[in-house]
Amino acid sequence: MNFETTIGLEVHVELKTKSKMYSPSPVSYGAEPNTQTNVIDWGFPGVLPSINKGAYSYGIMVALALHADITRDTHFDRKNYFYPDNPKAYQITQSETPLATNGYIEIEVDGQKKRIGIHELHVEEDAGKNQHEDDGYSYVDLNRQGTPLIEIVSEPDIASPEEAYQYLEQLRQIVQFTGASDVKMEEGSMRVDTNLSVAPIGSQKYGTKTEIKNLNSFVHVRDGLAYEQKRQVQLLMAGGAVRQETRRWDVDKKETILMRVKEGADDYRYFPEPDLPPVHVSQAWIDEVAATLPEPPARRRSRYVEDWKIPAYDAGVLTNTLEMSDFFEATVAAGAEPKLASNWLMGEVSGYLNAEHVELKQVALTPAHLASMIKLIADGTISSKIAKKVFKEIIANDTDPKAWVEAKGMVQLSDPAKLTPIIDAVLDDNQQSIDDFHNGKDRAIGFLVGKIMQETHGKANPKVVNQILMSELKKR
Amino acid sequence: MADQLTITAMHQALQDGTTTASALVAAANARIDAIDPDVAAFLARNPKAQAQAEAVDAKGDFSQPLAGVPVAIKDNIVTNGLTTTAASKILEHFEPIYDATVVEKLQAAGAVNVGKVNLDEFAMGSSTENSGFQVTKNAWDHSRVPGGSSGGSAAAVASGQVPMALGTDTGGSIRQPAAFNGIVGVKPTYGRVSRWGVIAFASSLDQVGTLTRSVEDAALTLNVIAGHDDKDATTAPDPVPDFTANLHKGVAGLKIALPEEYLGEGVDPKVAAQIQAAAAQLRELGATVDTVSLPHTKYAVPAYYIIASSEASSNLQRFDGIRYGFRAQDVKNLTDVYVRSRSEGFGPEVKRRIMLGTFSLSAGFYDAYFKKAAQVRTLITRDFEQVFADYDLIMGPTTPTVAFKIGDKVTDPLTMYMNDILTIPVNLAGLPAASIPAGFVDHMPVGLQLIGKAFDEATIFQAAEAFEAANDYLAQLPGGAE
Repeated sequence: MNFETTIGLEVHVELKTKSKMYSPSPVSYGAEPNTQTNVIDWGFPGVLPSINKGAYSYGIMVALALHADITRDTHFDRKNYFYPDNPKAYQITQSETPLATNGYIEIEVDGQKKRIGIHELHVEEDAGKNQHEDDGYSYVDLNRQGTPLIEIVSEPDIASPEEAYQYLEQLRQIVQFTGASDVKMEEGSMRVDTNLSVAPIGSQKYGTKTEIKNLNSFVHVRDGLAYEQKRQVQLLMAGGAVRQETRRWDVDKKETILMRVKEGADDYRYFPEPDLPPVHVSQAWIDEVAATLPEPPARRRSRYVEDWKIPAYDAGVLTNTLEMSDFFEATVAAGAEPKLASNWLMGEVSGYLNAEHVELKQVALTPAHLASMIKLIADGTISSKIAKKVFKEIIANDTDPKAWVEAKGMVQLSDPAKLTPIIDAVLDDNQQSIDDFHNGKDRAIGFLVGKIMQETHGKANPKVVNQILMSELKKR
Repeated sequence: MADQLTITAMHQALQDGTTTASALVAAANARIDAIDPDVAAFLARNPKAQAQAEAVDAKGDFSQPLAGVPVAIKDNIVTNGLTTTAASKILEHFEPIYDATVVEKLQAAGAVNVGKVNLDEFAMGSSTENSGFQVTKNAWDHSRVPGGSSGGSAAAVASGQVPMALGTDTGGSIRQPAAFNGIVGVKPTYGRVSRWGVIAFASSLDQVGTLTRSVEDAALTLNVIAGHDDKDATTAPDPVPDFTANLHKGVAGLKIALPEEYLGEGVDPKVAAQIQAAAAQLRELGATVDTVSLPHTKYAVPAYYIIASSEASSNLQRFDGIRYGFRAQDVKNLTDVYVRSRSEGFGPEVKRRIMLGTFSLSAGFYDAYFKKAAQVRTLITRDFEQVFADYDLIMGPTTPTVAFKIGDKVTDPLTMYMNDILTIPVNLAGLPAASIPAGFVDHMPVGLQLIGKAFDEATIFQAAEAFEAANDYLAQLPGGAE
């Protein structure tokens, strides 16, 4: 029997605001526990929430980037549950009237384009964190409590773990390019909840779905879903039945492990948040946000290909992160030839980042100096061999490449007026090689170039040397 | 002799230089010491009150009407550094680290908070018998309840301990105790006064207001506490008028509606007769009073108890024994912390409403209960809108009966809930209303309720002052005509 798979993804994205969703506390990652909190975050008696309008604008921005319809009249709802990291014992979210609905993301798997629907996006607040320490106590850190989030819920259009992977890649890219979030799985600013079900092909109903947790990277999502898909199919083929349960991806064992069986749905007793008035999203507000919406990655890619003749694959790599794409464009703007800039960023720069395990923003290099180095190569001031030395210097210290190569005497000798006398002198000393050349022994050229390089301490521009040498040889 | 225990009298004396803030606060403390052992209104006294009064004296600026005047605060309104319990064991000894906006505003106006007064636990009740700590007595008859939930506020003012106490009104919690104690209670329009720092019972219904011995005192206090607050998103941006502007204008030409439902079944005929007499008096003063109908009134009580309890069930979840307040001892695990802290910390009426609200919001019941109640609320609001298309005010009794005996109804929640039938519709519609003294039945005060259009408290004050001036009920207050 053949099965078809249906995957649902719920993605939480932390918005990059200065203050929290419903309180003026600062949002910051990695601060001392409970230092980024106030009475609202603590759910003290008598406190009230206020809406962070900037966060809502970010939400609108992401919704627009995902081609979703903005809900014009919306209110907030309370989702009630007890947990120590949830100080009010309810989360203020949007249940009845989400921020936006009916969006989509375009993905490409095996050369096939596919549109994955987005059911809805809603704005809500993050919870704090519980920490269980060895001393037998559990601790609560409320720094994260109230951080603005948007939850992005996919339609049941995702049919394979690979599609899920591509969807997440595209989503991360699109959201990152809006500037609304860092979307970093490793820092928790992007989190993914997944569910998967299988059913015989052509079946009218979806199969029973399981939820898979602890998926801390896109690769884990793909692997975890692939395992779960296989597990469910094998279970059904063996005559078994899938239970509604929550499973955990075990990275080491590479399998999903049962966490708990779900008996009926959780009852969060949603109801309209009475402490916040309804929000009307005017056309003017949407227009204002749309006007500030940065260019999406897909449009940047086609611009690179069409305007700058960058190969499609390279354009894809360059737009993988907003940082890289911005760096590339700034380098080109500073005068570098686009293809050369692309080569350097994809080659030496990426190599350096990978080797040092750092991000582009953490290195000293600036687009201006990368461009200036590329120009030095293009106009023959330095050789590509010297360029590698220059690159090491500028990526570590952001030194001005022009000043540095001059100070270090690394400038190539390209002036024929200076090179010709040196070449003539070498020829004068090596009559045998001249004879060999005229007798058809090409090897002689290599020997003579070597001598010239020796005389110029390797600074002579090989291209120019070759040209002069050939014409001088022919004269003799 | 005029009542010397009003804000206006104290303000006059301060301006005349015949007294000082220190002397007024000392006198208030002395009266509390003398009277409160019997009345039991206060849960906590402010140890800094005398020093604060001295600071006001040192400043010497008595131009603001509340400067140097001693006041009391209902104990569900947070006061920085002074215990705030909402009369619940779950918050026993709880010391807030910030002030409610209304407390800040009173302080800025120079008023001196002398202490925190009793209420039904988390403002849930109509007799203050649901307090986790003590039973407050009616100022007129210590065997009777002071009403609730602002029973401590009403008893403290009526017995002459302070000229003004802040209360909160979710379903009548200011007006009903004001009526039971023969004083003036004002529940402003929802959104008129900030709820920041008010321990939430039912967020869409709660409103802070005043309990005073005179209409003018209420208007003067509302002038201080009203206004938009960035910390409360439900406060209205509307400008705040001078609420004393319409005082002494009389009622000539005012169109007043008297709903037939407010004098019908369940209302003591003697109370109804007293209200009819008040209607006659208002007509004599130049107002027109017509009988109208608010047909959905009878659905107000069930709708209210579903909405208020639903919101309360959510609002009170934060009292979980984790961050502050009472935590049960010898607990085994997290669930144990929650279940035992809440079981031991909350009183029976609070638990009843948490269960009622939790049920109403549960999957499968939400549409039949919460949603239906919200729809009823809309109908009740429309009833009022239709009447207010033609009338300036609505009048009626504040309560169906005068104050009942302590212990009479506390075991019968449904009868107790019905006591709020005349005040609850106002909260559901978010309207302003006042209860003012309107004579006596069986030697106990009767309250006349005046309901206004949204944000038109000024007209309520206008009629209330005219009615007050035409009678001498103020002078009959305990301690009022000494």
